[in-house]
Amino acid sequence: MARKDQPLIRRLPVISHLNKSVGLQRGMLVAGIVITALFLITALFAPLIAPYGYSQRFPVSQEPPSGAHIWGTTAGGYDVFSRTIWGAQTAVYVIVVAVLLSIFIGVALGLVSGYLGGWLDRILVVVADAIYAFPTLLLAIVMSIAISRGQSSMWGGIFSAAISITVVFIPQYFRVIRAETIRLKAEPFVESAMVVGASSVRIMARHIYKNATRTLPLIFTLNASEAILTLAALGFLGFGIEPSSAAEWGYDLNHAQTDATAGIWWTGVFPGAAIVLTVLGLTLLGESMNDLNDPRLRGRRRAGKAPRTAPTAPAPLPADAALTKEVAS
Amino acid sequence: MTTLIEAPPEDGELLPLKKSKSGGGLGKYLLIRFLLIFPTIFILVTLVFFLMRITGDPITAALGDRLPPDQLAQRIHEAGYDRPVLVQYFEYLGQIATGNFGRTISDNLLVTDMLATYGAATLELAINALVVALVVGIPLGMLAAYKRDKWPDAVLRVVAILFYATPVFFAGLLLKLVFSVGLGWLPVAGRAKTANEIALNQLASPTGIYWLDALRSGNMAALGDVAQHAVLPAIALGLLTGGVFLRLVRTNVIGTLNKDYVEAGRSRGVSEYRLVTKHAYKPALIPIITVMGLQIALLLGGAVLTETTFEWKGLGFQLAHYLTARDFVAVQGIVALLAVIVALTNFIVDVVAALIDPRVRY
Repeated sequence: MARKDQPLIRRLPVISHLNKSVGLQRGMLVAGIVITALFLITALFAPLIAPYGYSQRFPVSQEPPSGAHIWGTTAGGYDVFSRTIWGAQTAVYVIVVAVLLSIFIGVALGLVSGYLGGWLDRILVVVADAIYAFPTLLLAIVMSIAISRGQSSMWGGIFSAAISITVVFIPQYFRVIRAETIRLKAEPFVESAMVVGASSVRIMARHIYKNATRTLPLIFTLNASEAILTLAALGFLGFGIEPSSAAEWGYDLNHAQTDATAGIWWTGVFPGAAIVLTVLGLTLLGESMNDLNDPRLRGRRRAGKAPRTAPTAPAPLPADAALTKEVAS
Repeated sequence: MTTLIEAPPEDGELLPLKKSKSGGGLGKYLLIRFLLIFPTIFILVTLVFFLMRITGDPITAALGDRLPPDQLAQRIHEAGYDRPVLVQYFEYLGQIATGNFGRTISDNLLVTDMLATYGAATLELAINALVVALVVGIPLGMLAAYKRDKWPDAVLRVVAILFYATPVFFAGLLLKLVFSVGLGWLPVAGRAKTANEIALNQLASPTGIYWLDALRSGNMAALGDVAQHAVLPAIALGLLTGGVFLRLVRTNVIGTLNKDYVEAGRSRGVSEYRLVTKHAYKPALIPIITVMGLQIALLLGGAVLTETTFEWKGLGFQLAHYLTARDFVAVQGIVALLAVIVALTNFIVDVVAALIDPRVRY
């Protein structure tokens, strides 16, 4: 599926999608790229942008926006602007750790399960389905308590949030990769590798892995936004990172709830807007990429189960290859 | 919140067709599907059981800083929390198999009573939110499909993403700022005024669903009060789900608008409006109904946050409380109930899908 005739830069996920897009679609993609870039830059340069530290406290509490504190201060005396900026950094850490962990585990399980089949496959599918169907937030809460027992340092908090999110994501990666693996298993190039005598590990690692992971960039973007929402929800419910360890938008919003009742809007509106904007950007990006890819590969409930009939059914269409070529040309 | 990748099946033709070999295919499928409910519940209950044991024990959580270590150990021993985890696990399995869920540790309620009381509040919230979601999602989704790739479609798609991107607690905060604090129209939190709450709870055999109780007792003042309290939570949670419905309806109506029979209708001179509302809409509903059933997990997860935001004393609100108290028994009871709800909904959804569409079979 690699279109080797084009230079590498044009084949990179986001850039190749930008080339394929037209009109409105392109507008949404560009908006997504801009907001996401803004988010990443904020996270990267947080120490330079934020005037104060995230755990720096001031004697002025609940002060409305002013010259010294452009977005005001919270009841605890934190500077709202600084904490919102630092929050981007925490979010990036959590996304990276969570998504890397879940890709690593989910892809490995999906490959093995889809390729080997049999009872292992059945068990893994039932377990993944059970976890997938359950409200993800509840699982993440229980996980985060189990890991951190309620109190957490910065990296401890980041890892416990990330691992809690990972548990929820693994079934998703598992499903997508497993479905792809089963489809690819019936392709001639895998059969010829078997005939030549390649080992199962080699077939999985070389032939299937490369083809099955083609859709990962877009799952990555969609899951990044989910990771932010889950992190914020954990923080909001009080199972997240302590304010002295790192800035976290959900925690700030939790404490802003009582402020809101008293008409103090600045403590909640800014971190909340940061969440909305970041998730919006990531979702626009992921959505546009999704629409530009093969719609058939979008995760759906029965996608993984249907190909079980593959031996009797006609060989699945190599539709994705055809489609990508068609769109790319 | 796995909704965004959960795109509905756009086109049945892409699924490999498989005819059932005999007339018993459907019955067998339904049976297997029914039996799958049990491992689902079993896996979730087991998972939560062991995760909760890692978190510590309720006695340390409640009294850890007030009792000397030896007395603490004594109490833990009396409660049986120092026994091997596997022993406790099998004892627990035995109990729930006989329908005995025990009593909550922190407030000594029968778990079944606790579930019934708070479950009714959550059910009320879920129904209200579902109504908002349907009222918002379906017409807007049809509009977006009708105006496909024009600016109203683009605006609506961004709106749908915004609904999804806004955490319930932030939506709640904004709603409170505008409608409760700013305009002073609606109450900030709770399910009813204290006086009304007491009145409704004192009814003979209350359902726990306040508007229903108020209607039955003919207490119109209480009904108005309950309705006022219900508006903001219903909107906060309903818009989240409504955004998902909007996308679903849009994708599916666009899918059916491309079908031959719609094209045939168009060539006969049927208006575009009528094509969307009559021809394309109903067939598009089938996948929508099945996917909507799957949104129950999103709705329940959102309910936890909504209830905490608005101090709506339902299962989600209580769950956060019980988790902090490490009340194993209560948390396991709530999780078991949610697992049953989720597993049953998924089963019903699959059955409906199988009955409607003969291509859906194992």
